Amino acid sequence: MKKLQKTQLQPFFAALAANASLYLPVDNEVGKAEFKKWQDGVQMSTALNTLRSAKDFFFPQTENLMEFKMEGKRIDVIDTREECEDFVLFGVRACDAASFAILDRVYLVDPVDTYYKNRREHGTVVTLACGRPAETCFCGTFGIDATDPAGDVTAWELADGYALRANTEKGEALLASVAALLTDTDTAEVEAEQARVRAILARLPLSGLTTEGLGEGMTKEFFARPEWAALSEACLGCGTCTFVCPTCQCYDIRDFDTGHGIQRFRCWDSCMYSDFTKMAHGNPRTSQLERFRQRFMHKLVYFPDNNDGIFGCVGCGRCLARCPISMNIVKVMKALKKGGAEQ
Amino acid sequence: MQAMMEKRAKELLADGTVNRVLGWSAGEFPYDITPAVFETAKELEDAFVYNDFCAANLSKYLVKESRKEGKILVFLKPCDTYSFNQLLAEHRILRENIYVIGVPCYGKADVEKLKAMGIEGITGIVMQNGTYTVETVYGDQTVKAADAMAERCLSCKSKKHVVYDELLGDEGEVDADCNRFDMVEKLEAMTPDERFAFWRGELSRCIRCNACRNVCPACTCEQCVFDNPNSGVSQKAAVTSFEENLFHIIRAFHVAGRCTDCGECSRVCPQHIPLHLLNRKFIKDINEFYGDYQAGADPEAKPPLGTYDKADREAGEGGRH
Repeated sequence: MKKLQKTQLQPFFAALAANASLYLPVDNEVGKAEFKKWQDGVQMSTALNTLRSAKDFFFPQTENLMEFKMEGKRIDVIDTREECEDFVLFGVRACDAASFAILDRVYLVDPVDTYYKNRREHGTVVTLACGRPAETCFCGTFGIDATDPAGDVTAWELADGYALRANTEKGEALLASVAALLTDTDTAEVEAEQARVRAILARLPLSGLTTEGLGEGMTKEFFARPEWAALSEACLGCGTCTFVCPTCQCYDIRDFDTGHGIQRFRCWDSCMYSDFTKMAHGNPRTSQLERFRQRFMHKLVYFPDNNDGIFGCVGCGRCLARCPISMNIVKVMKALKKGGAEQ
Repeated sequence: MQAMMEKRAKELLADGTVNRVLGWSAGEFPYDITPAVFETAKELEDAFVYNDFCAANLSKYLVKESRKEGKILVFLKPCDTYSFNQLLAEHRILRENIYVIGVPCYGKADVEKLKAMGIEGITGIVMQNGTYTVETVYGDQTVKAADAMAERCLSCKSKKHVVYDELLGDEGEVDADCNRFDMVEKLEAMTPDERFAFWRGELSRCIRCNACRNVCPACTCEQCVFDNPNSGVSQKAAVTSFEENLFHIIRAFHVAGRCTDCGECSRVCPQHIPLHLLNRKFIKDINEFYGDYQAGADPEAKPPLGTYDKADREAGEGGRH
């Protein structure tokens, strides 16, 4: 394990930025953290997490896929893909790091999504263990350890510096590139920090939430449950939950007429929207109840069904904080469990 | 107040005046409150809540709820009553199927403000005598309620209930000196380039979640033009377009003269874009060009943008006509 002194943080960022674009959580003009490119003088946010998730770096909200140019009856298809530049994401939390593994299960299986793969291959993820988790946090529900996040490198904030541990070859290379700023250390300080934070995690209001009774094979049990009506009743049908979610992975593909050609692009879609998965025959889900149910069934049942029991939620708590009407996956999980117990 | 509201709701359910109650339902934490329809006394006892975090404006839900079987009781805060009146004027809700109880509001709290003070890990909030004692896993903290008040409530235009069948508490009064146009004046004082930069900066954070539109009581179209892929302005747009700018500006135009300034758009924006400022600019302009007008204050009033008068100001003319 390596250690970086706090006074060396800016030189450390400068050294990383010399080799690749470095992105880290920075407070924006309204005081909320978002990932921004580091340059000299940029300070890292002290916020627990960014408002939007880190998935944007691998699966951006909108991206152009290809272009068409038309001349008479001739159509040229232009491949606009470019090799992504190397980049480093610093300060990713355990929940978001776990979301990458979920997105990989969607985009890196056959047929591989080359746009996503390109970004994944060129990105190095440095995670930062949580020191001050919030009441909305429940990553532990899904077996994620906020005190020992995944990523190419894991960092822990200590009183006088940062402990750093490489987890992958990419991570080894990253630490080797800044070796002059690091010293060797043992794991004692990290273990003490982990023990401190684990005691806090145990006291969080959602610490007792489990996935028991949810997951694989539960489609028949949950699909027609009466609870969906009350749960979805106040839903505005907006896309806030899906767009701040680190694991939401659905997209739409559309053509944009630029006036002198066509840009074929994809953009995040939301199952909460009325035109989601609209096909020639119409829309398979015509009510907000069905659309609402789709989102939670996907995360709690369908995704585990297709992915060895792994849930499609990482407990980051963004939907808990952001939903305009404060409906969210925790309320859904509790209501389904309660309804099941009463049956 | 919560106990009084619950008692009245139960009475009106029991005597058959209404068959449902539209109110607020308690959540996991003291602040994550969800609008909900209650059908029984038991449901009210289990979850009904009214406190400083009941911010949601319930009037838009009546577009759907007032078309269902039977009469529904709705609790409306003063600013919600303006939205209600506006929906009534636009024939979007069925008055005869609604029983309105006006409830007082002294400004709602914004949990984001508490969190911005570094208060995290909230497990409980005791609200008493203008003070919040916030219990957290990191220890208790005391905050003055006024310091946690939502931005929109700091410039509240009116604590008057403009429509109700019954009141719990005072009718309330309009606040003529609410300073709600202060920020609009600052924007007006900017150069066009500065103003353009301000809005491009703010709107660049937009993630097109449509929360502002979907919560807006003035946005009740059956299908929004931005949801129509054949409109040419569909919300799903390529990287290089300025679509999110267009969306907010068109929406502001569409609700101009009908927006009651309830502030829900800015409350729900996950990216904290001050969308209400666009609407307030229109309100201020309408006041200056056509005389003071408050949408929703009187459902019988003629809306300036929907009324023609030979004395109307012509394009390009300055000042009030």
